[in-house]
Amino acid sequence: MASTNILKIEKLAFERNDTLLFEPVSFELNSGEALHIEGENGAGKTTFFQLLINLLEPSAGEIHFRGQNFGDCIYEYLSDVLFIGHQSAVKGALSVEENLRWMSPANTSSKEITTALRSVGLEHHASMPCYRLSAGQQRRVALARLMTTSASLWYLDEPFAALDKQGVEFIEDRMQSHLDQGGAIVFSSHQDLVKTTTRSYRLNPYRELV
Amino acid sequence: MYNYLSGGFLAYLNRDLLLGIRNKSDLIKPLIFFLLVSVLVPLAIAPEADRLAELAPGIIWIFAVLATLLSVERLFSDDLQDGSLEQMLMSPNLLIFPILGKVTAHWLMIGLPLALLSPVIGIWLSLPTTAVLPMMLSLAIGTAVLSLIGAVGAALTLPRQGGVLIALLVMPLYMPVLIFGSATIQSAVDGQSWTAPLSILAAFLAIAIALCPLAINVSLRLAKNG
Repeated sequence: MASTNILKIEKLAFERNDTLLFEPVSFELNSGEALHIEGENGAGKTTFFQLLINLLEPSAGEIHFRGQNFGDCIYEYLSDVLFIGHQSAVKGALSVEENLRWMSPANTSSKEITTALRSVGLEHHASMPCYRLSAGQQRRVALARLMTTSASLWYLDEPFAALDKQGVEFIEDRMQSHLDQGGAIVFSSHQDLVKTTTRSYRLNPYRELV
Repeated sequence: MYNYLSGGFLAYLNRDLLLGIRNKSDLIKPLIFFLLVSVLVPLAIAPEADRLAELAPGIIWIFAVLATLLSVERLFSDDLQDGSLEQMLMSPNLLIFPILGKVTAHWLMIGLPLALLSPVIGIWLSLPTTAVLPMMLSLAIGTAVLSLIGAVGAALTLPRQGGVLIALLVMPLYMPVLIFGSATIQSAVDGQSWTAPLSILAAFLAIAIALCPLAINVSLRLAKNG
């Protein structure tokens, strides 16, 4: 499959309290590629993701989606993006199944929900309220969205936090199959992936030149 | 992610109602408070039917205002904390429908039960039976306005749970609702036409439905930018 350009970031910068949070970011992402955003704690990884999903307004720079400035195709862009944040949007009062159904596209069948829950190992907890689950299990509920989504561009902020070895392996497999199908992924993590080849981009804290 | 128009509205309405039903104690608290106050008022003031009936419209409406204020602060702060707000804000659809869905759920869980319970209070406070229907109608319409305005306050005070700050922000906007709400009941008690103040309340509701979601939308985006 010929790889097409999906995302192009040009000198994206974000200012907070009159200083840049990180050095301006530029990269290109083609279909079938995964980009690993690295950076020390506080480097601005979460802020960077919020810029990507249009939650924050960049102070400078541009985001292009499939060759268009993303402001001109914001509906198409956001419809094609899946974002799983650091806070995973899992509601403690709702059951595992209700949470997944809520976060999946509206036309997801109950069979797909069940399959997704089985693949993350939660099929026996489907009707359990999420506040009773462990941190890792709650993470699995959020990541089960990877099974039901139809978005081609994934933004995953620390997807492996709190996951056990098996869970990490499973998510890596899922990421690889998404890339094989022509998707693209931007993710942040403090560990390197074993199975998937990725490029990495280092987010450097901005230092003023003296 | 959801159907363009109704989907966002219904999806958020359903979810917030479900969350409300799961946290029953949060739902029942304002109602119990409502009942307790109305039991105590006749004991504290004077159990004379005439004087109580005179005070009843004001007391009932002050309570409706307080109940909405106390419950509205968590409308968006829970979602902000667990990351659902991010998901809502990045939805490609118009944000006013999810917002209206959430506010409608709040009204269904606070304002509507108060309106339905109010006849009991009316009896406690010796409200004439002719005033019961106007009271229920004015509460049902008025609390919807209160929920909408309160939600603007809740969105503006994010990322904090702005209890007292919300009260200060929205109180000036609550006053007209309070005035015309209690005027509806008062007119009915006095045997005058009560449809005029009620229609003004309904006009407030029409304006609030049109404007508040826009204000909430902007405030929520500001909260993430702040």
